[in-house]
Amino acid sequence: MKASTKNKKHISYAKWGYIFLIPFFLVYGVFSFIPMISTFYYSFFENYMSGLKVIGPTFVGFDNYIKLFQTGDLLKYTQNTLIMWVLGFVPQIVVALLIAAWFTNTRLKLKCSGFFKTVIYMPNLIMASAFSMLFYTLFANNGPVNMLLISNGVMKESFHFLTSTIGARGLIALMNFLMWFGNTTILLMAGMMGIDTALFEAAEVDGATPFQVFSKITIPLIRPIMVYVLITSLIGGLQMFDIPQIFTNGKGDPNRTTMTLIMYLNNHLFSKNYGMAGALSVIIFILTSVLSLFVFKALTSQRKAR
Amino acid sequence: MKKQEKGSSLSLNIRRTICYVVLIILSVVCLFPYLMLFVNATRAHVEIQRAFSLLPGKSLARNISNVLDNTTILIVRGMINSITISTLTAIASVYFSAMTAYAIHAYDFRLKKYAFNFILLIMTIPTQISALGFVKLVTAMHLKDTFIPLIIPSIAAPAVFFFMKQYMESALPLEIVEAARIDGSNEFHTFNSIIMPMMKPALAVQAIFTFVTSWNNYFTPSLILTKAEVKTLPLWIAYIRSADFTKFDMGQMYMMIAFSIFPVILIYLLLSKFIVQGVTLGGVKG
Repeated sequence: MKASTKNKKHISYAKWGYIFLIPFFLVYGVFSFIPMISTFYYSFFENYMSGLKVIGPTFVGFDNYIKLFQTGDLLKYTQNTLIMWVLGFVPQIVVALLIAAWFTNTRLKLKCSGFFKTVIYMPNLIMASAFSMLFYTLFANNGPVNMLLISNGVMKESFHFLTSTIGARGLIALMNFLMWFGNTTILLMAGMMGIDTALFEAAEVDGATPFQVFSKITIPLIRPIMVYVLITSLIGGLQMFDIPQIFTNGKGDPNRTTMTLIMYLNNHLFSKNYGMAGALSVIIFILTSVLSLFVFKALTSQRKAR
Repeated sequence: MKKQEKGSSLSLNIRRTICYVVLIILSVVCLFPYLMLFVNATRAHVEIQRAFSLLPGKSLARNISNVLDNTTILIVRGMINSITISTLTAIASVYFSAMTAYAIHAYDFRLKKYAFNFILLIMTIPTQISALGFVKLVTAMHLKDTFIPLIIPSIAAPAVFFFMKQYMESALPLEIVEAARIDGSNEFHTFNSIIMPMMKPALAVQAIFTFVTSWNNYFTPSLILTKAEVKTLPLWIAYIRSADFTKFDMGQMYMMIAFSIFPVILIYLLLSKFIVQGVTLGGVKG
């Protein structure tokens, strides 16, 4: 008797699980899954605008992919994206590790940590396109930064940040760094605060230097969270768009050295070259899916551990 | 022994000083761009062109009225559009993500594990890769230049879902659901009037994040919104960037940038403690 009512209950409530999932899967299906499949489908067709004339769609198999690799642009833009990501990520992780270690150090007892956390996290919430526009005007040839450097006698004439490869890439990396190091610091701090303080005390009794404590205890124990930060940052880095797009007005100047993968995709979308846009989407999809699997593994293993 | 202690406290003080110096430098670097923005937004075009200054000018009111009166670049209209889209996006995303998380958290059904793993798997796949199909679909549905394709898709937000799920695991005992059932509450009613109020802290944090993300979003709106009346703030920023720079009133331009980031700074200053705490809740814990 008891078993049968329990069974009945189970059946009637399971239905609600499915009902509550309908909005998510319906919307995902219509606005993400179908568009994704049709994007993949378009990657096998020749379909673009030649003047006002629409060419195609004609089935061409893997021609779009071959074209993508043959022109060499794909490789170049992947390189640009990765270079700018690395230039921003390396200082980001170094600075974040350092500050996180300081804030969580019980002997240093830094004051105002709330204030500093508030300040360093703020750039993360600011509109990337407005931030980029702001940097563009601040670092313009006759902008405030050049004026400041010249009036202080640091330089004789203005430095053309926007027409030098190092200048443009450096500034884009700097913006990425500023936007993300606060976020990384907070994530790493959460990891460091989870470490048993007895370990630090024992190390101190044994006469370990602060650097030894940091490299032999802190780093190994927060490795999982560092891997998570690395991979999510790389996925984010491959999607780099707003900052370089606004900064260079979509041109990737100078000489397309700051053109990223998504900017390339955006250009194909606006010029209505749907075949190439589709093929490029598939390639970016493959790149990010591989990385996503790592994140998925990290999340599921963490949940199992609990 | 005593000497050694003294020595270590001295070195501790030195280390502490170094920490503060580095932190202050970083804070200055973080705040300097905004300082420049707000200073220049109060100065006239000629002043900005002439020299660098850290002191505010006297043209604040004129720059504001210039922005409001501009008939080409509709910043106020853009702001209203941005607020509308971001608010509706935040509400839709938070409500339906909580609903999805509740489905996985509170019920046992055969496809539960698959549904959950599927959502985790798609969490980090960027939306840009389906942009082509998305634009084609939106065009076919005659939804171009409307806000619907920017709001409705936020119902399926895997990252918001994941946060809600984590929160439910730590703060939502299933006994409450059982108790509600015994009282004869139907499942939908239980979710709306018992579960949702209990989720308030998580809903608030995610509502802020979703609002800000939508406010800052540039890629998707640029593909969907082309008419001036429907454009959001990031699109106007892009427009200013593409316009002929030399003909522009710089004071007014700085003011336009200030308009587009000021609301978020205001929200942040009011709720920063809350937001900074929220950052860690959704991530991986060591």
